[in-house]
Amino acid sequence: MKKFINQIEQIVPEMVQGLVQTSNGQLRCLEQTTAVIRNDPQFQNQTQVGLVSGGGSGHEPLHAGFVGDGMLSAAVCGEIFTSPTPDQIYAAINAVDQGQGVLLIVKNYSGDVMNFDMAREMAEADNHQVATVVVDDDIAIQDSEQGHRGVAGTVLVEKILGAAARAGYTLEQLQDLGQQVIKQTKTLAVALHAATVPGVGHPGFELADDELEFGVGIHNERGRNTEKLVTAHELAAKMLEQLQGEFTDFTQQHYAILVNGMGATPLMEQYIFANDVADILQQQGVAVDFWKVGNLVTSIDMTGISLTLLQLQAGWRDWLTADVTTLGW
Amino acid sequence: MELTQTQAQAWLASFATTILDHKAELNELDTAIGDGDHGTNMTRGVTQIQTVLQTSLPDLSTLLKQVAFAFISKVGGASGPLYGTAFLDMSNAAKQQSAELADLIQTGAAGIQRRGQAQVGDKTMLDVWQPVAQALAANQLTSQKIDTYLQATRDLVAKKGRASYLEERSRGHLDPGAQSSDYLFQTLLTVI
Repeated sequence: MKKFINQIEQIVPEMVQGLVQTSNGQLRCLEQTTAVIRNDPQFQNQTQVGLVSGGGSGHEPLHAGFVGDGMLSAAVCGEIFTSPTPDQIYAAINAVDQGQGVLLIVKNYSGDVMNFDMAREMAEADNHQVATVVVDDDIAIQDSEQGHRGVAGTVLVEKILGAAARAGYTLEQLQDLGQQVIKQTKTLAVALHAATVPGVGHPGFELADDELEFGVGIHNERGRNTEKLVTAHELAAKMLEQLQGEFTDFTQQHYAILVNGMGATPLMEQYIFANDVADILQQQGVAVDFWKVGNLVTSIDMTGISLTLLQLQAGWRDWLTADVTTLGW
Repeated sequence: MELTQTQAQAWLASFATTILDHKAELNELDTAIGDGDHGTNMTRGVTQIQTVLQTSLPDLSTLLKQVAFAFISKVGGASGPLYGTAFLDMSNAAKQQSAELADLIQTGAAGIQRRGQAQVGDKTMLDVWQPVAQALAANQLTSQKIDTYLQATRDLVAKKGRASYLEERSRGHLDPGAQSSDYLFQTLLTVI
């Protein structure tokens, strides 16, 4: 394993320090934690419902890179691929509650759900008003008892809710909007090469030169199955076909689309894949009102790509295009 | 039989050493069907437990509570809240009811079930905790039995936790949380 690191145990704190030190004063780290919160003047001047997300590290820029005016109020960075602990999440809730309550945006993984639940119980005991939305956009796992995983679509949820929170939505309205957006967000991901978790030292799984893993998550877990490698266009067609099946009246609706690199996929290939997605949707006469391409929700150094479709409702496009001051959007 | 504070201290010290010795093995088990960090995460928890054990604590309940806080605040992931809830509930039981060992472990197993919403047979740590609690109640717990409970997780298909996303492909691997629970109860046997 070759990595640009110092000590494996120090990866997360050093990353958080680096992010904060180079944020040109936009971010600060809560003392004794790895929680990153807004430090821009606007944060104190214009109060709003606090938005707190977080999860295991290794998905940068998610979530800390999306802290800023118009997106998250705070992000709690756990160890690599490991949910942050309840005391850290509680510290973030406490720091961003400006009297209008705090909404937690949680990806649907058992560890994240349990730790955020414990933090919410702690905060409620201290009279904070806290609500939660759980993102479950992945469609690769259909019949899991714990439901679908929360993956790349999370960033679209954070962007829409961040803009709405800045516009003065109440905690209840934000929770309601979040649940509506999550219902319309669907993601599928594939990988050509697994990530190397630094504490493990080797890739999480092996694929032959002519294989791809279909339906991966963002924590290096294997996908639904291993398949033969195909062209970008064939892959785009197959992924779109499966995603389309999740929506009713697919071609009648408007969409936002996220093509997301998972850490080691060149942007060149992401644009090629996005071009194929755009061509296929154009042929079908599907209206795409918003595009985003890039490394937004990564999986350390996984060579992979994910495709997210969000079926838009009135006003959502404006939340997606609203100005934002973050490192990562 | 009642668990004494002295026994609990020896038990948890031995558990901490065992986890540190098997960190890489737990990571490997977790790489097969999870995200490869169970050993690393548990190491952070037991290192904090070693610090707790060096302080002087008034009673068993306080010891169990400090151990719970070590899991909750240092481990993260799913195993932090699960082990943490088990020890927190055991601490409450030791304070309010009794320190009867079988009852304590049964309370811990119930806490894991409540926090994780898992059932026996879902290929989780509960598949070791629940039969261990029953064997303790019947005064029949042996090292061999604990291993049998652990090995039985190999042929199960995971229904909870990240391994469940693998569906049928989770079969054929030991559950990492069941393995660390096996170490917890193997070390318990050496002090009672």
